[in-house]
Amino acid sequence: MASLDDLKKRISSVKSTQKITKAMKMVAAAKLRRAQESAEKGRPYSDKMNSIILNLSNGISDIENAPKLLSGNGEDKVHLCVVMTSDRGLCGGFNTNIIKKAKQYFQKVLDEGKTLKIITVGAKGYDQLKRLYGDNIIERISFKDSKNVNYFDADKVGKIVIEKFEKKEFDVCAIFYNQFKNVITQIPQEQQIIPLKTSEKEENSSEDNYEFEPEEDEILSNLLPKNISTQIFKAMLENSASEQGSRMSAMDNATRNAGEMVDKLTIEYNRSRQAAITKELIEIISGAESL
Amino acid sequence: MSEEYSVEIVNPEKSFLSKDDVTEVVVPAFEGEIGILKDHISIISFLKPGIIKIFSKSGEESFYVNDGIIEFKNNNLSILTSLILNLKDMDKEKISEVQKSAEEELKKPEINDQEKYLLDQKLEVIKSIN
Repeated sequence: MASLDDLKKRISSVKSTQKITKAMKMVAAAKLRRAQESAEKGRPYSDKMNSIILNLSNGISDIENAPKLLSGNGEDKVHLCVVMTSDRGLCGGFNTNIIKKAKQYFQKVLDEGKTLKIITVGAKGYDQLKRLYGDNIIERISFKDSKNVNYFDADKVGKIVIEKFEKKEFDVCAIFYNQFKNVITQIPQEQQIIPLKTSEKEENSSEDNYEFEPEEDEILSNLLPKNISTQIFKAMLENSASEQGSRMSAMDNATRNAGEMVDKLTIEYNRSRQAAITKELIEIISGAESL
Repeated sequence: MSEEYSVEIVNPEKSFLSKDDVTEVVVPAFEGEIGILKDHISIISFLKPGIIKIFSKSGEESFYVNDGIIEFKNNNLSILTSLILNLKDMDKEKISEVQKSAEEELKKPEINDQEKYLLDQKLEVIKSIN
């Protein structure tokens, strides 16, 4: 059994850990509110962008000549995966969930005999993937220096993706991120951005006739690269809200666990203190009796 | 019949501006400036660097935009842009900052014609504000 001193030390160390986790929880809560706000504020942009692109792609007459970013280049051999994770740890299952989702996809791609290329955004994703898929990682990006998620960071990633697409380095591109649902639930998402999946068909008023200036395809080919940056930006916003939410609940749990541990250790400490006193008393009494 | 319609400007970070009492908006479209009045035909176009002018009951406002797309439909004008600045907030410092970055971009050897055109445009606009 541990001595009284040891127990005392352990209690104080658990207590200081608890202080840290509590502080981290507070910080995450504050950051979460901000991240959530900016995620909500960012939605109109990507929604509008989506609806304009839908309108445009419905208006395109011959699919054959549609921009490649929209319809793909007709091949399906090389897959590029952009895995977006956080730069910091201690956020529960946040990164692990994304990686798990991504790994499933990787496995599927590799099983089908296709080539896999990976871009990691955020330091943690690289750390988790480098052992298994080190050779597949062609680029690693990290925005440790920028405090807030901003569009220009997303634009940088988008430009890299587009540049690689134009050099025909890949055929299909998917991004992985966590969608923020609420503080407890974040859903890992897989979203294909090249070729663009127009899953939701516009039901209402697609026969709306737009005037285009300049031509449709020219607008589209200008718009699509922007859309990619926008989608990545959206993913980054969702990710940052999810990260804080996940960290908050993880730290909440940690604080609670530490509290439980302190209680348990305190009981043990008191018991062994009592035992020591009793033992001393017995020794004194039996010593007195023997006289 | 009122002559007003609504305009919304959004950038990636937030909804930048939203107004219901606009009478005319002049945007720097790719092939020249367009003025949009009420009941304009539905139009989609994209923007080059320039000045957006919004005329409303409460007065006239001007914004500098770097790029963007506009969609006009059912008397709703949406402007999507990645960089927008209110001309009122633009002081000398900010202007010269934008100007400098554009000039530096222009010096890079690998830019193509279209990029060059856009940057030239940008510089011209910025100089005209000054």
